[in-house]
Amino acid sequence: MTAMTDDSIPVTPRAIHDEMVAFGIMTALLVIVPWTGIYPFFVMQALCFALLACAFNLLIGYGGLLSFGHAMFLGTAGYCSGHALKVWGLSPELGILVGTAAAAGLAVITGLVAIRRQGIYFAMITLALSQLLYFIYLQAPFTHGEDGIQGIPQGYLFGILNLANPTILYYVVLAGFLFGFLVIFRTINSPFGEVLKAIRENEPRAISLGYKTDQYKLLAYILSGTLAGLAGALKVFVAQNASLTDVEVAMSGQIVLMTLVGGLGTVFGPVLGAFVIVAMQQYLSGLGQWVTVIQGVVFVVCVLTFRRGVIGEIAHYFRRSL
Amino acid sequence: MQALYAQLLVGLINGSFYALLSLGLAVIFGMLNIINFAHGALYMMGAFVAYFLLNVMGIGYWPALIIAPIAVGIFGMILERTMLQWLAGLDHLYGLLLTFGLALIIQGVFQNYFGSSGLPYSIPDELKGGMNLGFMFLPIYRGWVVIFSLIVCLGTWYLIERTRLGAYLRAATENPALVRAFGINVPRMITLTYGLGVGLAALAGVLSAPINQVRPLMGENVIIVVFAVVVIGGMGSIMGSIVTGFALGVIEGLTKYFYPEASNTVVFVLMVLVLLVKPTGLTGRAA
Repeated sequence: MTAMTDDSIPVTPRAIHDEMVAFGIMTALLVIVPWTGIYPFFVMQALCFALLACAFNLLIGYGGLLSFGHAMFLGTAGYCSGHALKVWGLSPELGILVGTAAAAGLAVITGLVAIRRQGIYFAMITLALSQLLYFIYLQAPFTHGEDGIQGIPQGYLFGILNLANPTILYYVVLAGFLFGFLVIFRTINSPFGEVLKAIRENEPRAISLGYKTDQYKLLAYILSGTLAGLAGALKVFVAQNASLTDVEVAMSGQIVLMTLVGGLGTVFGPVLGAFVIVAMQQYLSGLGQWVTVIQGVVFVVCVLTFRRGVIGEIAHYFRRSL
Repeated sequence: MQALYAQLLVGLINGSFYALLSLGLAVIFGMLNIINFAHGALYMMGAFVAYFLLNVMGIGYWPALIIAPIAVGIFGMILERTMLQWLAGLDHLYGLLLTFGLALIIQGVFQNYFGSSGLPYSIPDELKGGMNLGFMFLPIYRGWVVIFSLIVCLGTWYLIERTRLGAYLRAATENPALVRAFGINVPRMITLTYGLGVGLAALAGVLSAPINQVRPLMGENVIIVVFAVVVIGGMGSIMGSIVTGFALGVIEGLTKYFYPEASNTVVFVLMVLVLLVKPTGLTGRAA
């Protein structure tokens, strides 16, 4: 992996300090959102995608594995949570648990298949697996095909927090996002994360040092899929529906785009990228299909001239790790 | 039995397209180290060029069969010169991302102007009608597609495996620096190779226009199936791509007859099975 990552900045106490400061600023900004008059629905949606992109980034940025099928976790968790809430009438916390667990199970099964190949093949395999799931969900009765699961009840979290209240829902989604973010942050700064980076840089060498790299990659894949599932389960409460668009290839592409814009392999890049792309869709929605074209142009421009992404460029300029 | 033969024929036709597309992907990957995600979009462009030639300029199917692949091939070579060439030496994944972006742009532009519905393209007069083979009725155009694709696939195999130009190509795949040292213009060969792969995709597009109608998103799902075909067959061998493409088309056709619910998914399920048994693909060597 020569060109994927050119951040040679080692994890030092200073780097951790920088990241802590950035994390504090991000959290503070997100906490005050309900008082700023910004449309909370937009920020909640962006937070779900931010967690999804962070989970995706754990694989590509730290494990060197490009998953082109991460929408399958989003969609699976969405359908399972939605079904559990609406048909089984479970409470929100159990609904989230069902969706996340379903995504985790899917990650175990697909991971065992996908990690058998590396690089470009891994991308193609994950893409094909997500397409397989798309067709399964298209035909399965519980997903209601083209209609999707509509009007999912939000309910009371732990029996007391009314999720139909936008402000309460916002803080619940924010808590879910911060939980997932911190899990990823802890993972990449752990010995496990260091081994992942070693595999990304030089897998044969990691093998020769005695690491069972397949197990590391599988574990990273399962963690990534599970957290993507958490994002999907949270999104159910925001959107109140679960539909086929969440399982489509286009969705997987958007997850890749968010991470690419923000910065592959940066800690905060995927969060910023998710806000940029969700905002772009929000404000350009009047342009219809041209949004797809614009997304394509962003892809091309990023790959040709801007491979570090926004946060990556900032970090590179200041020689800091972000 | 009639229905079985009919589905078998549909399978062979889809197999022809899979073979032409996966062949192009394999050739491009060999030289450029890029998985061309835009392949499906360029396949669609081939069909649209044929449609324009007929409806705007009155140029029929037979000239389109030559003009469309060349036109789209030139478009592809422009993409390679202006964008893809700058990715040489970078991680393979950037090529995938760039061509994915190109696919979004191309498909988005066509969708803006033509919506999502299909435009009709009629079968040329010479290939209309059908023959009674005794056990089944064979529409002539469909038989033509299968035979012509097979000839093109084998021709490409011959070009790469048996000619001097092909030998240069294979040598440049193995060691471009050494081939350059012999005075061969490798960058130009890379451009031409991309044009060839893209031209094959456009040719498949023209062939499919009378069967599948001309739609902006006609390549969107096909390319993912072709990716699975490539994973199953491995990209190491040209003949492997051809055989796997046709074989999977036939298996898909048989599934449509025996268990239609699984016809969309059978190729992906086979991919999973192959990965579990032989992770390097059927013809692939260990990476």
